[in-house]
Amino acid sequence: MDGAAPLFRMEGISKRYGGVRALEKADLTVTAGGIHAILGENGAGKSTLIKVMAGVVAPDEGTMTLDGREVSFASPAAANQAGIVCIFQELSLIPELSVADNIVISDPPKRFGMIDRKAQRRIAEEALARAGASDIHPRALVKDLPLSRRQMVEIAKALARKPRILILDEATSALTAADVAKVFEVLKRLRSEGLALLYISHRMNEIAELADHCTVFRNGRNVASYPAGSKSDNEVVELMIGREYSHIFPPKPVGVSAATPVLEARNLSWADRLDNISLTVRAGEVVGLGGLDGQGQRELLLAFFGVLRGLRGEVLIDGKPVSIASPTAASHGRIGMALIPEDRKTEGLMLPMTVRENLSFAALDRLAKGGIIDRAAEQRLIDDMVGLLAIKTAGLDIPVGALSGGNQQKVVIAKWLMRQPRIILLNDPTRGIDVGTKQELYQLMRKLADAGAAILFYSTDYDELIGCCDRVLVLYDGAVKRELVGDGITEHALIASALNIHGDNSRIDLGAKV
Amino acid sequence: MKDWRYLLAEQRGTLLAFGILIVMFAIYSANHPAGFTPNVVQTAANKGVLLAFVAMAQTLVVITAGIDLSVGMIFTLTNCMASWLVIGTGLETAFGVLAVLGTGLLCGAVNGAIVIYGRLQPIVATIATGAVFFGLALLLRPVPGGSVNEDLADFLTGRFFGLVPASLVALLVVVLVVWVPFSRSELGRAAYAAGSSETAAYMSGVPIRRGKFLAYTLAGLLAAIGGLFLTFFTYTGEAAYASGNSYTLFSIAAVVLGGVSLFGGKGSAIGAIFGALAFRTIGDLLFVFDFDPLWQPLFQGVILLIAVSLGAFALFRVRNRLEWFL
Repeated sequence: MDGAAPLFRMEGISKRYGGVRALEKADLTVTAGGIHAILGENGAGKSTLIKVMAGVVAPDEGTMTLDGREVSFASPAAANQAGIVCIFQELSLIPELSVADNIVISDPPKRFGMIDRKAQRRIAEEALARAGASDIHPRALVKDLPLSRRQMVEIAKALARKPRILILDEATSALTAADVAKVFEVLKRLRSEGLALLYISHRMNEIAELADHCTVFRNGRNVASYPAGSKSDNEVVELMIGREYSHIFPPKPVGVSAATPVLEARNLSWADRLDNISLTVRAGEVVGLGGLDGQGQRELLLAFFGVLRGLRGEVLIDGKPVSIASPTAASHGRIGMALIPEDRKTEGLMLPMTVRENLSFAALDRLAKGGIIDRAAEQRLIDDMVGLLAIKTAGLDIPVGALSGGNQQKVVIAKWLMRQPRIILLNDPTRGIDVGTKQELYQLMRKLADAGAAILFYSTDYDELIGCCDRVLVLYDGAVKRELVGDGITEHALIASALNIHGDNSRIDLGAKV
Repeated sequence: MKDWRYLLAEQRGTLLAFGILIVMFAIYSANHPAGFTPNVVQTAANKGVLLAFVAMAQTLVVITAGIDLSVGMIFTLTNCMASWLVIGTGLETAFGVLAVLGTGLLCGAVNGAIVIYGRLQPIVATIATGAVFFGLALLLRPVPGGSVNEDLADFLTGRFFGLVPASLVALLVVVLVVWVPFSRSELGRAAYAAGSSETAAYMSGVPIRRGKFLAYTLAGLLAAIGGLFLTFFTYTGEAAYASGNSYTLFSIAAVVLGGVSLFGGKGSAIGAIFGALAFRTIGDLLFVFDFDPLWQPLFQGVILLIAVSLGAFALFRVRNRLEWFL
């Protein structure tokens, strides 16, 4: 911008995780004294880019230059030393230590080889004041602070390191409006002091207020770079859309079912994560949950499945109010609910155990007679499932961890289908699996719905929501902001409502049809 | 909130353990036939101090979210060594003490290296090294025996000015020389950070490995100081398997009683010391009431269960049940 020499430059950076390409020859130029916004969909490569900058992951190829000299960072500590400090989305605070301990953690002040607690206190108070958070006591333990206060501590901690480049990755997502205003003042002051700031946010209004320059990422590449304010929201959304492949989705049924809802929520709220959610899912219907990652979709599914305590509002099954106290209660008896969890490795499978054992876990009560598992019945059911889902495995008695990601996911789904659930909750089930298996899962989902199951489907992939769902509810800040039905489910509408862009929505919908 | 309230919250575990100790000891000495006399205090202190050293050692490792099942065996090994080396002229005795402490450091360093650089689980690694340490102890002392510099032993197990038990003073000195610098050093904080959240610590650029290594190494040193004192009390060395094991298990109990979290990142060795002294007092309580000693393990177990249950109340406040398993 304006001919100033770039402070930091990344060129041709690529990074793969297994077969998945996260960054593909990405470039980025950062100038001192400016706020640079990075935009992109879920999975566009923004997080990986930042992790490369901050020394958390090493790039497969590409160069980074700081002040014209080539650099590489072996660890976050090395990046910090070079003046690059990142405020991560997943907080990097240590819960059992005090606020002051955390603020000085990477380089505590020392006297006679021991930590100088007075100096530490002074540094912490200064940093908190600079971050506009002097209400936080330096002695408080981080684990006792609410999320928004922790985020402020995180910002203070970054400032105490005297960075030259400060990266904020969704740093405001947990903040209250008053805190956001304070943080913005701080960021603007830092800009005038000559810092380079990289700002990642999904909130378009924040970017409009702060950024000097924007770069849009898509599919691991930087696809556009422009001075802030030179493009309309609509154009930015266009830039973020665009994919190189399309899936084959099964046809959707026509006409809306008028049956009583199998699953219904009325004014469901939980802690500060779910806000007055009402929804219905009928038999034979696939209802999607959309929105940006982390807007309460996971919590909603957990709430239905009996994992959350202190839920307010009502859950109805077949029109009758029920209270579901545990996953066991949710899956047994007349409720017949199944949850395909987001992280199959920790919540879905016992990796060292065999495929057979994993398949049977959820249905053991049905297979057992007097406490003894009926091996023959188990084998019949397992054969059915392996056939139905076309699970490719070298045998039923090998560890499930030896299967490919797609087949592992099929095992998780098969395990629940063994109970013949009426209500199926899916939490981003296609994450990290190959395209072929994805298509099989789409077909399966429709088949189950046609057979009378009620399906609630959360996905971070907009294509899937468009291709699979009869209706999509878009969540923002724990509340349903918009419901899209039938042909109204377009990528444009999904992104716009996910970003909660105010104003003329119809204009955006119109643009999608062009 | 005011500063002192945070201070209170930080030290809650330690204060609770101190409170338990005071109550237990008050009941103990009030019912002791001899009453609250320097003699009674000295005997109690000498018994308690041994466990206190081993519990301090355990604390250092537990802070890093690990566990050291070899502390009791380091304690036994150094006892056997001291019964050979800590004898003779002043110079020879001094050399012997240094050799014993050096052995403890080495044992701890071996544990640390295996756990941190070999990436083995602390439980398995220290069971194995514990067996090795005990094997060495057995080679040194196939049968109980040996002797110790009795002047030094009597000096450190007696009373200063006929009033203050010397062993308590020694404990205080160790706290000041080992624990306080550790807990206030950068590496000590790294040990806490690693125990509380290793990922967050790594992301913050904390020297995790060095911090943990120091914790394991100092744990070996503290266990060796315990072994040295055992020799001063008994005048002999003995490779006693049961005793070594029970010191390991009791050290874990003392640590929990002292408010140190087994999940890591929280607690202080001072709390663990109070925990150890309280645990010993609970064990001795029955004698002053003239109960059959057969009741001791049962009684001790019940009191321990009650004490550790206090820490589980937080689970009732969890709102997302998945957090139970974190």
